[in-house]
Amino acid sequence: MSTGPKQSHDNGLHPELLPPDDPDAIYHNGHRLDHAEGVSRPMRSKPEPQPRGARVHGNRPIDQAEAAGRFIAAPEHEKMHDERLWDLRQKRDREMHGIEEWEELRSLASAIKEHTLTHLDQYLEQFEANARANGIHVHWARDAAEHNRIVHGILRDHGAKSLIKSKSMLTEECGFRPYMASVGIEVVETDLGERIQQLDNEDPSHVVVPAVHKLRTDVAQVFARTIGADPNNSDVHYLAEAQREANRPLILAADAGMTGANFVVAETGTFVVCTNEGNADLSANVPKLHIASIGIEKIIPRLEHLAVFVRLLSRSALGSPMTQYTSHFRGPRQGGEMHVVLTDNGRSARLGLAEFWTSLKCIRCGACMNTCPVYRRSGGLSYGATYSGPIGLIIDPTFNAHKYSNLPFASSLNGSCTNVCPVKINIHEQIYAWRRELVKRHEVPFVKKAAMKAAGELLSRPAAYRAAIAAADFALAHLPRFVAYNGLNAWGRHRENPHPPKQTFHSWHHANRGGKQ
Amino acid sequence: MRIGLFIPCYIDAFFPEVGIATLELLERFGHEVVYPRDQTCCGQPMANSGFNADCAATEALFVRNFSGFEYVVAPSGSCVHHVRDNFDAIEQTAEVTEVRTRTFELVEFLHDILKIEALPWARFPHRVGLHNSCGTLRALKHARPSELHVPFFSKPMDLLSKVDGIEFVTPARPDECCGFGGTFSVFEEVVSTKMGYDKVSDHARAGAEYIVSADTSCLMHQQGCAERIGVPLKFIHIAQILNGASA
Amino acid sequence: MSSRDEILESIRASLPRLDRPLPDVPLFDANPPASLLQTFKENLERMGGMFLDPPASGDLLAPVRTKIAGAHVVCSTVPEIAGNRDIAEITAPQGLADVDFAIVRASCGVAETGSVLLTESDLRINAIAYLAQHLIVLLDPADIVVNIHHAYRRPEFRSGHYAAFHTGPSATADIEGVLIHGAQGVRSLSVLPVGRA
Repeated sequence: MSTGPKQSHDNGLHPELLPPDDPDAIYHNGHRLDHAEGVSRPMRSKPEPQPRGARVHGNRPIDQAEAAGRFIAAPEHEKMHDERLWDLRQKRDREMHGIEEWEELRSLASAIKEHTLTHLDQYLEQFEANARANGIHVHWARDAAEHNRIVHGILRDHGAKSLIKSKSMLTEECGFRPYMASVGIEVVETDLGERIQQLDNEDPSHVVVPAVHKLRTDVAQVFARTIGADPNNSDVHYLAEAQREANRPLILAADAGMTGANFVVAETGTFVVCTNEGNADLSANVPKLHIASIGIEKIIPRLEHLAVFVRLLSRSALGSPMTQYTSHFRGPRQGGEMHVVLTDNGRSARLGLAEFWTSLKCIRCGACMNTCPVYRRSGGLSYGATYSGPIGLIIDPTFNAHKYSNLPFASSLNGSCTNVCPVKINIHEQIYAWRRELVKRHEVPFVKKAAMKAAGELLSRPAAYRAAIAAADFALAHLPRFVAYNGLNAWGRHRENPHPPKQTFHSWHHANRGGKQ
Repeated sequence: MRIGLFIPCYIDAFFPEVGIATLELLERFGHEVVYPRDQTCCGQPMANSGFNADCAATEALFVRNFSGFEYVVAPSGSCVHHVRDNFDAIEQTAEVTEVRTRTFELVEFLHDILKIEALPWARFPHRVGLHNSCGTLRALKHARPSELHVPFFSKPMDLLSKVDGIEFVTPARPDECCGFGGTFSVFEEVVSTKMGYDKVSDHARAGAEYIVSADTSCLMHQQGCAERIGVPLKFIHIAQILNGASA
Repeated sequence: MSSRDEILESIRASLPRLDRPLPDVPLFDANPPASLLQTFKENLERMGGMFLDPPASGDLLAPVRTKIAGAHVVCSTVPEIAGNRDIAEITAPQGLADVDFAIVRASCGVAETGSVLLTESDLRINAIAYLAQHLIVLLDPADIVVNIHHAYRRPEFRSGHYAAFHTGPSATADIEGVLIHGAQGVRSLSVLPVGRA
């Protein structure tokens, strides 16, 4: 199969990010390694204050554009973020081209998920029965509050005061860490990116690489403040080693461990956790007590289906064939105890939304974020929600339509997300559908509503339309620059207006084709 | 064939040369090209912002203007995508469905319907960066998007390859969105313009003298960005090149 | 009504009434590589693992002995080689925190990804594979399957309580994409292809 015209250059958009050498790289047998989340070529940024995320004021709609503007105004962060995530997208493409059956795998993954979701109750019951038979305690939580109460109850029953955990977006959704803090239980994140964010008191910005928005110098400052690292040493190997050594005693001393789950297999009562660091396996296998927080939509029928998802997940997320660790939990260890908290928190309601239920297929790979040109330039924290990027735009409004009413407009509807989604969620079409839905619910600014009404009336009246076009052209041709580019002209803030033509097409046609109908 | 020519609002207002080139090009192939004079807009600006009810009148006007043509052709991928794939603010009568299914974007019309073999009048000896707008690329399937594992194809490149002297350059991100996105360009203008700056810089670094596209809206946005940051690129619509424009 | 019943009822009320049949999943094994071991080796190395070339003759375990020569604490769960920390005497995972090298045998390997499968039977104490600084894995080449689809047909996933694919060492690139080995778990993973004793 041909691949079209060859790339004429591969310096990326920001050649100034490319250093002349690569002292950070790991080489084996002369080959530079870029497995797991490793970037495929070295990048180097200059220090810069870290831009913070969206300003949250109670339940007021998040102003994503404002936060995005601040991210773009931090050019070192924006460039690094954009180029690093674009690199993950490129790595994903390379993996894709190596798998002849790639599109077939996507179709299978989508079909498996849609079948399972349309029979969700049956598969959950099957999983529960098999898990219980293997000695797993199965709990059900209707919402975030109940999830937190249940976990707290389990910990209390065991006298546990410290908990180590691996990454789980569900626990982010549930506000788990603040709740645990409020009841006096110490929680330590073991994933490097999550731990950085925890120590910095900031939310994760990406579902797979939580601190992707931070430069190494930002991390050095966080570690200097919190784990006693050298503030002037931003060598990444040094920072990672510092965190490994700081966390290790906490892992060994923890009373309990918590993980999420990427997949749940109904047939065998198994849940599967994928990490690159092995931190889920540490969290699960060191303390005696293992609690898993699992969203009810994670379930799939059988092991043969699991193969499809395991082959797609890491390739889509990071452009690496497999995560370093893919761990299958089917029951407690000897002398240990295993609990699973199956959590709804709005999922069953979302299942009933005709246009949006397929968003439940999501396997949290982050491929949509990596490809999204808006996300890469805005940073995940600009969305002010647990889920950011394209998938965030379509599921956040189900959590809070008012607070997240601006998010579906933070998209150019380009459709790249839909094409990279391993489970074929029609993300950009759902973004479009959400816009209609939000307008129906009156969750859009009055100014925009009025402008659209006016546009609708103007554009349906030929004479008025012609007059408006003429006026626009006249304005472009005659207004002095300081008037044309005033604060109200959003178009002209960062780009030039179009050039005024000598005549409109309409006039030309009248003059040259006799205005014939 | 009797073709109804749809000229979107921003081409009518700012880029009449694109409409002229489209009309002349279709006439070169011997077709009767009619321009209904009461046409305005397809309704896309309102629809894309979720205000579907507000485009009903505009969509109805579109159907009234373009009913009865064998084909309706427009030099705008985003408008045609809206007409064919969304256009549901009005009742879907037989007349509405007819107009919708007969509406084509210029490149797909030339490539799939007219099956153009040659453009003997066309000569454009310049280095050109081809920009496939997201609407034409992913919605109208002008070419293979880089995300998909399917055989390579490109209708605009097939057509442009018949132009004497043309030379293609390839930017680092050939099909990343340029940031126009309709009302996105105004409501999220900081991100929109950053995407535009990146797009034009990418093409310039690849050695392009011209950026050519089937979507003037993208070109308008990219031109505005290039001019603001001083990137010396020229912008031209594919209709103009195919019609024999020299520069 | 319990939470369980409420959730199940909410699901049943929301189930989309659409026909969505469960598809058959092929094994995708029509074009297997000429040598599973060779493909396994290439992918293992790509994922940051190390392949210990076995000597043609003599002491098959020689590459392992070389590796562990200077180590303080070696914990072996395989009969082929002895360590100095007996896992049978360990009562809690914390007792393995100072292990330099752990030596285990994999249940199987996967050529497609360069992965090895380690179960609770292989590990005895699961945490050994994560607390040790370095992990050495013995793998019988006859136990290498072609791809993940075949791997999931193995009995280990239907019996036992724990099974993990290891694909290279612990890794992360959470900070500016710089690849790190030994993020939390083992700093290195080495595989020696040697048949079962």
